[in-house]
Amino acid sequence: MSYNAKTYDVIVIGAGHAGCEAALAAARLGHQTLLLTINLDSVAMMPCNPAIGGTGKGHLVREIDALGGEMGKNIDATMIQCRMLNTAKGPAVHSLRAQADKKAYQFRMKEVIENQKNLLLKQQEATELIIKDGKITGVEVQTGAIYGCKACIVCTGTYLKGKIFIGDVQYESGPNGLFPARFLSQSLKDAGISLQRFKTGTPARVDAKTLDYDEMTIQPGDETITPFSFETESIDIDQVPCYLTYTNQETHDIINANLDRSPLVKGDVVGVGPRYCPSIETKVMRFQDKERHQIFMEPEGLHTREVYVQGMSSCLPEDVQIALYRTVPGMHHVEFMRSAYAIEYDCIHPTELYATLAHKKIDGLYFAGQINGTSGYEEAAAQGLIAGINASLKIQGKEEIILDRSEAYIGVLIDDIINEDAEEPYRMMTSRAEYRLLLRQDNADRRLTPIGHEVGLISDERYQKLVSKTEAINREIARVKKITVKPSAENNAILKDLGATPISSGVALDTLLKRPQITYENTAPFDPERQPLPDPVKEAVEIEIKYEGYIHKQIAQVKNFKKAESKKLPKDLDYRSIGGLRLEACEKLERIRPMSIGQASRISGVSPADIAVLHIYLNHRYQEKKHESEN
Amino acid sequence: MIGEHHEDVIAAIATGAGEGGIGIVRLSGEHVLDVLSRVYTGAQKPESFESHTIHYGHIVHPQSQSIIDEVLVSFMGAPRSYTAQNTVEINCHGGMVVLNAVLDAVIEAGARLAEPGEFTMRAVENGRIDLSQAEAVLNIINAKTEKSLRYAEKQLAGGLSQKYTAIDDELIHMLMMVDASIDYPEYDIDGMTENEIISAIDRCVGLVDDLLRTSSTGKIMREGISTLILGEPNVGKSSLFNALITEDRALVTAIPGTTRDFVDTYLNLEGIPFRLIDTAGIRETADVVERLGVDRALSLIDEAELIIDMRDVSRETQVNEMIDHQLQQKKRIIVYNKIDLNSENTYSDCDVALSAKTGEGVDELKAKMVEAVQKSYPMSDDSDVVLNKRHADALTEIRSHLTEAKNTLQAGLSVDMAAIDLNEALVKLRAITGKSVGEDIIDRIFANFCLGK
Repeated sequence: MSYNAKTYDVIVIGAGHAGCEAALAAARLGHQTLLLTINLDSVAMMPCNPAIGGTGKGHLVREIDALGGEMGKNIDATMIQCRMLNTAKGPAVHSLRAQADKKAYQFRMKEVIENQKNLLLKQQEATELIIKDGKITGVEVQTGAIYGCKACIVCTGTYLKGKIFIGDVQYESGPNGLFPARFLSQSLKDAGISLQRFKTGTPARVDAKTLDYDEMTIQPGDETITPFSFETESIDIDQVPCYLTYTNQETHDIINANLDRSPLVKGDVVGVGPRYCPSIETKVMRFQDKERHQIFMEPEGLHTREVYVQGMSSCLPEDVQIALYRTVPGMHHVEFMRSAYAIEYDCIHPTELYATLAHKKIDGLYFAGQINGTSGYEEAAAQGLIAGINASLKIQGKEEIILDRSEAYIGVLIDDIINEDAEEPYRMMTSRAEYRLLLRQDNADRRLTPIGHEVGLISDERYQKLVSKTEAINREIARVKKITVKPSAENNAILKDLGATPISSGVALDTLLKRPQITYENTAPFDPERQPLPDPVKEAVEIEIKYEGYIHKQIAQVKNFKKAESKKLPKDLDYRSIGGLRLEACEKLERIRPMSIGQASRISGVSPADIAVLHIYLNHRYQEKKHESEN
Repeated sequence: MIGEHHEDVIAAIATGAGEGGIGIVRLSGEHVLDVLSRVYTGAQKPESFESHTIHYGHIVHPQSQSIIDEVLVSFMGAPRSYTAQNTVEINCHGGMVVLNAVLDAVIEAGARLAEPGEFTMRAVENGRIDLSQAEAVLNIINAKTEKSLRYAEKQLAGGLSQKYTAIDDELIHMLMMVDASIDYPEYDIDGMTENEIISAIDRCVGLVDDLLRTSSTGKIMREGISTLILGEPNVGKSSLFNALITEDRALVTAIPGTTRDFVDTYLNLEGIPFRLIDTAGIRETADVVERLGVDRALSLIDEAELIIDMRDVSRETQVNEMIDHQLQQKKRIIVYNKIDLNSENTYSDCDVALSAKTGEGVDELKAKMVEAVQKSYPMSDDSDVVLNKRHADALTEIRSHLTEAKNTLQAGLSVDMAAIDLNEALVKLRAITGKSVGEDIIDRIFANFCLGK
């Protein structure tokens, strides 16, 4: 029997990385929020690798932090190793990645949630969305309680009709042996939301006692840790190393001999898996010529001997898994603590969402995370934060926020998933961002903290700090530009030491800084009046001067991009009534309902000719309106 | 993108392709008269044109001020024009070659080549056409754009497409390598060294240059092969000119030095357009006006692609030291004229012997002209493979992005910086070939490398 329980402003279904950010944002913005999870011990769980960040993903975490989300602070507090990747390359692609103590990460996030005002965390399986007249009004849970709500954010991850595959063994399950969500899929379908099956996989967790690290290559963390959060001053921990090892011919022979036992090959798995998380059998099948594949051993925490074997996800039968793992140097005597598995789950078509992450047909219903066909903790958290902010803004009657492709990786992520029906889970990559020199991890605060402040997630104090930092950067850039370096013997000796060509006439310091060997730090001798500045300020000054020309190039590209984005398409546009649109384009436009001409142009199947037609239509409509208002 | 830059002056040939006598180049935009004033000479300056008036004058090249065509220009002020903007129509003397030359001139003077249907679109946007009319027009525009896309595809189906594909492959390969190493810094990727990327960029530049060279073939197809008739005064240049075009265009007299300036017209031989330029007789002269003509003729030799070097069989030819050196470098046809006066001679030291007066040997000259040009400008039978102006412009931009990417690497900056220009080059290349970039690079990364946890 169902009964009416309490009414909340916002209900978040699922307390994974998306759900946690969504619930925290809504509660922090002053809304009574209920966060439902199938199991209270799985809050902010990392069912796959014990790491946060990485290329592209590290940018997302920085952006989440800049907007007032929790992920950056949480990993800063619970990391056991940290590295800045790509430091040999340009500043646009520097990316932070940290190894997390998984349990510590979960506990800290749970604690933050429990201590958050306006937020209640509850162990309940959501079974049905209550929708009245196209609007979400509540959520029913397995015990029959119906909680009312003004907005609901669905963050069910891989739980919906989850099914695990380990060779011939297949069973219904959520990730990591947790219960799957068995009922909500039907409720979504009843609401007219179409579902698809995606697949992902995870390698075995092995017992560190049974590993010979001597046979592997040690991979230590950075000497100085750069924190994720702009609010974390510094991190001082004893870091735990990772280890690198390789597969070999023997490994590949075992795989090839047992391919017929793989549910992937047999076709039992119907879900589509991501190319960037291929199982070891997929790697061996697809790259027959490759003699060895890299395997990274990542410890799962300080108080556990479990080690994550990155690069060896598999859904081969367990006996085959053990045999092939034992061919790898350092793992000859390995014992499994958890077996590798593939998991298949229901997700929605994110093309049914607006860029706000609200569903186009059901008022007040938002979706975030893996249910939107993405993969990755960071991708999920980023969407959760945006959905949480927008559900709140909607309740407040304010305009919801949309970050565009020139503002944030989060904008790229959301724009990508809502415009294109992906055929596989979506992962963030720096290659997806057109304006990556502008979307750096070091300037995420300058890009997004003003927005976070405007929304209400960033305190006045933090905002003022940012304003001061920005001013300090601008002041220092202006000052450096006025300094001329004289071609004195002394100065040229310094340049020679730096491996730079000497100068024969006075050169502006900012021009000198554009040379590859020259840094802000090593030009101090030319600049006696320089005042001490915080590291982030110095870093920003150097980047903005050094790459000025390239930054301007990207700004010019953004200008063109913005022009098309500013041409808004009305929400109620009846595309079928516009003569001249091709049928395919018309169907796609009707379905996706882009917000702007720019967005329309990124939908596959919409040709330049169709865009021209839209332009004309818009202008005409504008002229008619003008005409009406004049009469 | 179509429909943007409403403020631009746009230009296009408004009449259909073909060999019709009269063609119209149409311009539209607020500042259309400014553009016109840079290419038009006539009794009245364009800025003082009244709306809905017609003016007689010449279209001249905006830089050299050389005359391109004798024209009638009509001006329709906003909003009483097709587009409801200020509009100018230049009525030219026929032939696509002249029309294209006029179009190039107005573009050089600041107009932009109109996208297909853009005039109509402006008409719609400015409320010139009502909604029911507009819907019919929308269909047409769509059809037109589709047609132009098909045309582009056809263009790309020939030998050019292989070059485009090769550039595309190189670019995608470079970006794939760069991005794979960025997104998977910890994986064993046999990436490209900076020198390998520079070599790949050089290969791309080479391919772009090949394409741009076909574009100079295209330019010739549009503008005609500039063919200069040179010779001493009264050697019969104007007579030959007339014999070739069979039209009294240049002034012919028996008085030496009558042709004081050059006159040009167009000639179509076996589908190849020649721009025929008659010059003042080249000789040392005291006549200042005539002297001016000689200097211009000398400068024209420089620009000419083909020279018809005329001599008079009835008198001794005086070798002009000044121009002989210049002529050595050029493709030239040596012609003896006036064989009607000296019929018993055989002429072995020339390419063609003819009589401009009787017409004897003129066809032989025409054949030699075609032959000379085919040798130096290999032209495909399919005139569609000639690059159009938009493609040539895009290729020039692609070339500069490639060069900048190379400079970036040579300056010692990292590959992801060079990727900014490489990406732009790819986007511009794909704009020509009509494909979107989408996930192509990411697809390649995963097709080529074994990556991921």
